[in-house]
Amino acid sequence: MFSTVSTREHHATPSRRHSLKHHARTTAMAVMLPMIGLLPLSSAAHAASDVPDTLTWTVPFGVGGGTDVWARFMSNWVTKDLPGHPAVVIDNVPGGGSISGVNLFSKRAGNGGDEMLVTSASTQYPAMLRDRRVRYDYADWEPIFAAPTGGVVYASSSLGKDSASALKALSSQEVKFAGQNPTGLEMPVLMAFDLLGFKVDPVFGMKSRGEGRLAFERGEVALDFQTTSAFKSNVTPLVDAGQAIPLFSLGMMNDEGHIERDASFPALPTFSELYLAQEGHSRDDEAYQIFHKFFASGYAMQKMLLVPKDIDPELLEQYRQAARDLAKDPEFLKEAAVKVGPYGLMVGKAAAAQLHSAMQLTEAQHAWVKNWLMERHNIRLQSR
Amino acid sequence: MIDTLLSSIGHVFTLPHLLFMMIGIFVGLLVGIIPGLGGIAGMALLLPFLYGLDPGYALGMLMGMVAVIPTGDTFASVLMGIPGSSASQATVLDGFPLAKKGQAARALTSAFLSSLCGGVIGAIILTGFILVARPLVLAFSSAELFVLTLLGLTMVAVLSGKNLFKGTAACGLGLLVGAIGAAPATGEYRMNLDIDYLYDGIPLIVLGLGIFAVPEIVELLMGRGSIAKDGNTDLGKGWSAGIKDVVKNKWLVVRCAGIGSLIGTIPGLAGSVVDWITYGFAVKTAKDPSQFGKGDIRGVIAPESANNACACGAMVPTLLFGVPGSGTAAVFLGGLLLLGLEPGVSMITTHLDMTYTIIWSLALANILGAGLCLLLARPVAQLTRVPFAILAPAITILIMFAAYQASRSLGDWVALAMIGMLGVLFKTAGWSRPAFLIGFVLAPGAENYFYQSLQFHGAEAFLRPGVLIILGLILLAFFLPVIRKAIMRRRQTHEVVDSAPSPEEDLLESRGFGGVDLLLLLMMAAVGIWALFDISGLMPLGKAFPTLAAFITLLSVIAVVFNGWRRGMIRVKQPATKSIAVVLGFFVLIGISAVLGFVCTAVIFCLGFQRIVARKSLGFSALFSLGVAVFLLGMQHTMNLHYPTGLLDDVVLPMVPFL
Repeated sequence: MFSTVSTREHHATPSRRHSLKHHARTTAMAVMLPMIGLLPLSSAAHAASDVPDTLTWTVPFGVGGGTDVWARFMSNWVTKDLPGHPAVVIDNVPGGGSISGVNLFSKRAGNGGDEMLVTSASTQYPAMLRDRRVRYDYADWEPIFAAPTGGVVYASSSLGKDSASALKALSSQEVKFAGQNPTGLEMPVLMAFDLLGFKVDPVFGMKSRGEGRLAFERGEVALDFQTTSAFKSNVTPLVDAGQAIPLFSLGMMNDEGHIERDASFPALPTFSELYLAQEGHSRDDEAYQIFHKFFASGYAMQKMLLVPKDIDPELLEQYRQAARDLAKDPEFLKEAAVKVGPYGLMVGKAAAAQLHSAMQLTEAQHAWVKNWLMERHNIRLQSR
Repeated sequence: MIDTLLSSIGHVFTLPHLLFMMIGIFVGLLVGIIPGLGGIAGMALLLPFLYGLDPGYALGMLMGMVAVIPTGDTFASVLMGIPGSSASQATVLDGFPLAKKGQAARALTSAFLSSLCGGVIGAIILTGFILVARPLVLAFSSAELFVLTLLGLTMVAVLSGKNLFKGTAACGLGLLVGAIGAAPATGEYRMNLDIDYLYDGIPLIVLGLGIFAVPEIVELLMGRGSIAKDGNTDLGKGWSAGIKDVVKNKWLVVRCAGIGSLIGTIPGLAGSVVDWITYGFAVKTAKDPSQFGKGDIRGVIAPESANNACACGAMVPTLLFGVPGSGTAAVFLGGLLLLGLEPGVSMITTHLDMTYTIIWSLALANILGAGLCLLLARPVAQLTRVPFAILAPAITILIMFAAYQASRSLGDWVALAMIGMLGVLFKTAGWSRPAFLIGFVLAPGAENYFYQSLQFHGAEAFLRPGVLIILGLILLAFFLPVIRKAIMRRRQTHEVVDSAPSPEEDLLESRGFGGVDLLLLLMMAAVGIWALFDISGLMPLGKAFPTLAAFITLLSVIAVVFNGWRRGMIRVKQPATKSIAVVLGFFVLIGISAVLGFVCTAVIFCLGFQRIVARKSLGFSALFSLGVAVFLLGMQHTMNLHYPTGLLDDVVLPMVPFL
């Protein structure tokens, strides 16, 4: 607790950027010295090209968190297909639930193409909700690639012996759900509960989804949600033991922007299937559209690597080509499946189009969310 | 299972594993010894090398680091009164007074030996416990967690001595400060004055440094001596004395290690309460508790044996549920994910070998790490002999360095100076600083778990068996001293207790009242009323807890005043103008650093201080300042840190070679 780190003052002056390059090397030297001979050292030779020889990735989260782990994993692969194999320096700038670091990046990042930003759902949502502290705009950036995650909603077997009876019970019986906060990653899930007519009484203040799962295992809540990798390692045993019943997945988004079944859970219906199967429901329902936007920016494109949009277009294309190559690399896919989740990458213009449409909430949609938070969760949204 | 256990031990003792573990231990000690760093900085150093490494070896390296952080931070706690991390807050209470008495080596030796024993006991408990721990972890619901935080809060009563209401007032203020930031139930922001820095609340490290370390520097600066006041004791003797202390208190070590590893297994609590609970335990069970806070070795042994055991215990929720029990464990969890190990039940089924590798690496790293520290204890203890005028600028820069790592914003320094001012006033008037810190540390847990337990269980939350057991313990903690006192009083009619303080001293301690007291009471009343005003517009769930905290503060303030009026106050002098002036000087230093840049300011400050205040030769002063610069820049490079740059830094630093 004592050692929690937060914001990092990032002075992106030319001298700082220069010294950062050296950071990478000196740090590596200092720590690697005792390990020479034990570790395979990759060759640092590189050809002359437009690609900078050091890329700095601003990660607005602490070391060891989910987004940091993802960024570090990706940084090992993404430069493989770039000319010169540039080094990647991860700069963790935590604070304000990622808002502080992104604000700094937005203010200071240059257009040299060497400064990149890693974001997550907790960066996207405050921007969509127009949080007062947000001083960044996704329209200023272009995504190089985005990585999705899926998730599954499951219920306690005390609600019914199979998913049909559990779903039925949920519309008549009030159950508790343990969440972190109503404006975070769980927001679309909470919306989904409402759209399906579940009577859910959420309890907020959990420090992670893991704590929510603990509350489920303790029997304090009868309904829970986990993202794919956590579901596979921690909920599957509960399903096998007959304690948990998977109800639906959030699904995956295809290139047309429609939600289809999650390849990791082909047997599970998606939320959209359940919703649209009900009488009088359509894709054009305002609430469903809002859910779709938050799903797109929080799940279908949960983690992203972005660059300022005014970098050299050829360089951007080079980055995107490298990402496209990576997305097809079987070796990468195999390792990614183990370490960051069983989903592919969304690359290039497709990602950009999806991102920009997802991030735009109309005035009416914003007002709907504000009202929903107030009426449903008694939360006053402090927006701009 | 035995096979797995033995093969894991076999793996732990292979040469590459030991080598990687030693690297981890060195990194862990480095980031542990330097205040303000800690698990997260260590992780940042190791992470780039984890990738692609054999998972077994990588785990060894990670465990080496994780295990020794609560060991290394003892140096700063004991020698300089700087709580290096949450694991060493309680150690400061008695460790630093011991150092002042010239017994630094004794305190360090005891601390490291207790750490070693605690870590090993923790690992042994963990070996068997991890297999059956699931039901226990699940037995702790938010209701049990809430009463455990209450148990932590009752330690305020133990620590505030004769001035219970001053203690509760300090604790109330701590609770209020701890409530700054987002309300867990509603996400509303409270008491942040619209300052971005306060949206996340004040970082614990900044608060700990401000309340403990700043007043100590100020006092030592004005005293102009060395840290160790007793000039004639032989520091070398401390070694054997420290070992004897631990042997004498072996049951305390065992019990505190037990408490530590059990509390460590409870997710969400871990490090924040364990050292206070064990410290309180040591005070409660001591036959003569009068020396606690003034340099009782048991006050060092108890938290030190507990915190390493707690680091072991914290592996249980991390490995079994993927829910980290402490800040360091959270970082460790990230490392596991990067190695492709998803925590969960599989850690005790298919990956049991990995789990045992982790546990035994933990035990071995504890032994090696504490052993290294034991060797260092004697030479490093000599630091307390160095005249403080020489050491003072280095410690000042170190504290600024440490505080700035908390959130890397200038707000850290402003908060440090302001809390430091509060600390100086508290110290001058004898208000309990630990009570303030405990309130701050436990505020989020107390609020969150209270609210959650009511939501999950309603009023029945407080009738759960686990809750009743812990509540029973709290009552026992309160009434045991009363009963004991009654017995003592009956005995005292026959024999006079020698160690009792003289009546005059006793009287002054309980009834003395001076200008600083008045200032603090007025300030607390003002803060309490302002807080009530600030939160008045929030949702009921968002303002319930800060309202309670404000009322605790205000009622305690009234009680202090009423008590003083009823029992008769004795006017005492509380000279604080000089100390306040020193803290104001600190504000100026911060201002200059913000404008000129930290590195250059640090160099100029050290140079000036050595020349003008300490009156050292130019050569010495230059060498000293150069050392400070090398430290700062070296840290910046190896750890990828940032400092505030400024006018001068922008010009000078690019000219420095090797940058």
